[in-house]
Amino acid sequence: MAISTITAGLLTLAILSFLYRDNPIYKVAESLLVGVSIGYFLVITWSTTLMDLLFIPLFSEHKISLVIPFILGLLMFGRFFKGTSHISRIAIAVLIGSGAGAAIPAMLNARTLQQISATIQPILLESGWLDISAIVVIAGVLSTLAYFYFSREHTGSFGWVAKGGTYFLMAFCGTTFGYTVMSRMSTFIGRMEFLLSDFLHLTQ
Amino acid sequence: MSRRLPQIVCLLFGLIMFTLYFLDHPTAKQINTLILVDYWQIIFAFTLVVGVISFIRNHVTAISRGNDRLYRLLSLFGVVLMPILALIWGIKGDSPFMWVFENVQVPLQSTVFSLLAFFVASAAFRGFHARSGPAAVLLIAAFLTILSRSSLEGLLPDFIPDIAVWVRNNPSMAARRAILIGIGLGSLTTSLRVILGIERTWLGGEK
Repeated sequence: MAISTITAGLLTLAILSFLYRDNPIYKVAESLLVGVSIGYFLVITWSTTLMDLLFIPLFSEHKISLVIPFILGLLMFGRFFKGTSHISRIAIAVLIGSGAGAAIPAMLNARTLQQISATIQPILLESGWLDISAIVVIAGVLSTLAYFYFSREHTGSFGWVAKGGTYFLMAFCGTTFGYTVMSRMSTFIGRMEFLLSDFLHLTQ
Repeated sequence: MSRRLPQIVCLLFGLIMFTLYFLDHPTAKQINTLILVDYWQIIFAFTLVVGVISFIRNHVTAISRGNDRLYRLLSLFGVVLMPILALIWGIKGDSPFMWVFENVQVPLQSTVFSLLAFFVASAAFRGFHARSGPAAVLLIAAFLTILSRSSLEGLLPDFIPDIAVWVRNNPSMAARRAILIGIGLGSLTTSLRVILGIERTWLGGEK
């Protein structure tokens, strides 16, 4: 058997041992995962971001505009020294400020206006019948928004509308839960297939 | 000044990015991409390096104090191993770096991910009781989705997957839309508060 299969198989079993209870073998595999993942992302970030986007364009192609993010990035190291820890705030301010500035129109467009426009659809079909699905969507959006509107007490008719919103929210949570379970299950089946066929050779 | 200057920078960059969204000129688009793609990625890369250095410092301190020595040493070993492998053999397809990625990181990661199936299922078994109307809707929606996505689909009457799709595309979608509208409005107000300096928690507690 290939050493790669043995390694992957033993590490898979080490993680699965957590199903019995928390144990040292699981903790060894978990610690290794933490370290290797950080090391992997560090190398990939160094190679694809710092080298490809900063050092090569700045020092080989003399792209002067990159001096600004380079200095801002270096300011982050100020956090390691007590007297200079505040200078890293300038780099964070660039991230926060530009993110917030870009988010205002983008979020308003993608998250709010487009969702409202997708909700407001004709409720009468060409055949003359009512489009039940469109009515359900409009009722669902309005009642769920009512549920999240806390500036008015949820009593009387408004309370009933808000109560209706909980049914739609539960339908959303139920389907999301179902998809989460099935995605985890499919990954689990993949790991079991690997263990039983490639590692243990119990199935073909 | 240590708080005022970052606030001014935040306001300036916020106004610049807000204005750039409405400008269709190629130069404006170039600046927009430069800030949102290059600046962001480069500063994030530096923050990752800062994070890794902090991680190593924290672990070395804990090891010297004798706390969870073996586990922390293993984590440090992983952090140091990957850059060393990359430095010596590179990161191409059949390098030792990619071997560790494919045979250590991927199996560990996907098994941890799949492990959650058991905990989600056991939590559902304990928590899913149709004691009220909304709880019954939650149970039915989850059950329909799981049934329609399982390999039993061929054995089920045709209307069950159809109902599951209808629930996903209509009542579930309606709640999702309302949540997204809320997120959009929430992001808008939070962004405005940050740019205008009303929200200052990102500056931290230090003077």
